[in-house]
Amino acid sequence: MDIRIRILTIGGAAIVLLMVIELVRRRKLKEEYSVLWVFTAALVLLISIWFSLLQNVTKAIGAISPASTLFFFGLLFCLVLLLHFSVRISSLERRLTSLVQEVGLMGVEEPDDPARELEPGHAEALPASAPPSNGETAELQRVQGRA
Amino acid sequence: MARTEPAWRKLVSNCLLVIPAYNEAANVASVIADVRTSLPGFDVLVIDDGSADATAANARRAGARVLRLPVNSGYGVALQTGYKYAVRNGYATVAQMDADGQHLAGFFPELLSHIDSGEADIVIGSRFLDGDGHYQPSLARKIGMGIFSRMASRIMKQHVSDPTSGYQVMRIDVARFFCSDVYPADYPDADILILLHRSGFRVAEVGVQMKMPDGKSMHSGHRSLYYVYKMFLSILVTMLRPATPQERG
Repeated sequence: MDIRIRILTIGGAAIVLLMVIELVRRRKLKEEYSVLWVFTAALVLLISIWFSLLQNVTKAIGAISPASTLFFFGLLFCLVLLLHFSVRISSLERRLTSLVQEVGLMGVEEPDDPARELEPGHAEALPASAPPSNGETAELQRVQGRA
Repeated sequence: MARTEPAWRKLVSNCLLVIPAYNEAANVASVIADVRTSLPGFDVLVIDDGSADATAANARRAGARVLRLPVNSGYGVALQTGYKYAVRNGYATVAQMDADGQHLAGFFPELLSHIDSGEADIVIGSRFLDGDGHYQPSLARKIGMGIFSRMASRIMKQHVSDPTSGYQVMRIDVARFFCSDVYPADYPDADILILLHRSGFRVAEVGVQMKMPDGKSMHSGHRSLYYVYKMFLSILVTMLRPATPQERG
């Protein structure tokens, strides 16, 4: 393999590896997500340095150029990573949905009281003897009034 | 109240009617008015699925309790929120209908009677069983619904004519089951009926009449191709998962 492509792949893998470690150090990337990146960068680094291994793999998968072996595995890694993100997004969406539901459940609004609707600013206009502390009390009073 | 029968009267007192609504300010009040005249004992909970219009205000004014979702989350999520509310507030049965005016509340007593007699855990109001042509879906949708209801009928070994119907009554056990991850965010369909069947719940169908919706229905956002794809995939994975009969209280 051309020395230039070796320099390119070794350099590229080293840069990715250092970037990932730096991102984890600055807490911009969770350790959990760094696994795939570190694993792949280390693998690329390994086969770029250990050239005979790359040649054997190239022969084993029936590729002609060792460079295409590198590209193939690089692409495979990208696909796995994208799939991983789709899974994460699905799980995030599910969590978001249950949060949205909880927010909705926290503030269920009681029906408007037709009697109170006639007066604007009805909360203040109610008699002081029976101030509704919240919507539930108002609803209870309405039900009791009806019965 | 000509329809008053003791059999379902008891159930109504402990039944929550869930009405998911998205931008239905024009129809929601008349739907609630229909419920209040034909079934005065019903607790009505409108789930406002992040509407941009006055859906919530109109529903409250018409006499319904309103649960507002802060962002538009889809028909299935809105329904599931209603199930969660029913489970947490100790209701015994949950009824549901759409807010677009196509459903008539007057058929609920008949559905409830099937729950009350103990012959079913969930009763679905079918648009097709009575066969008088009140409901005319588009051709593509008709074909899709036909295929999936036939698949569901085959798997469940019972006739299912209208798996997409939003007009249903269920026991709280079914609602509790729906509160988990099993429930789809978009549109519950034949896949959910198959899941219910495989989980040991009994499904029944009752013919009901429906009006053509006046406005844009929540269901019209269906992309036909995606719908067909999603249903096939969903039924396939439902069948691939192990059948797990649910404990019933």
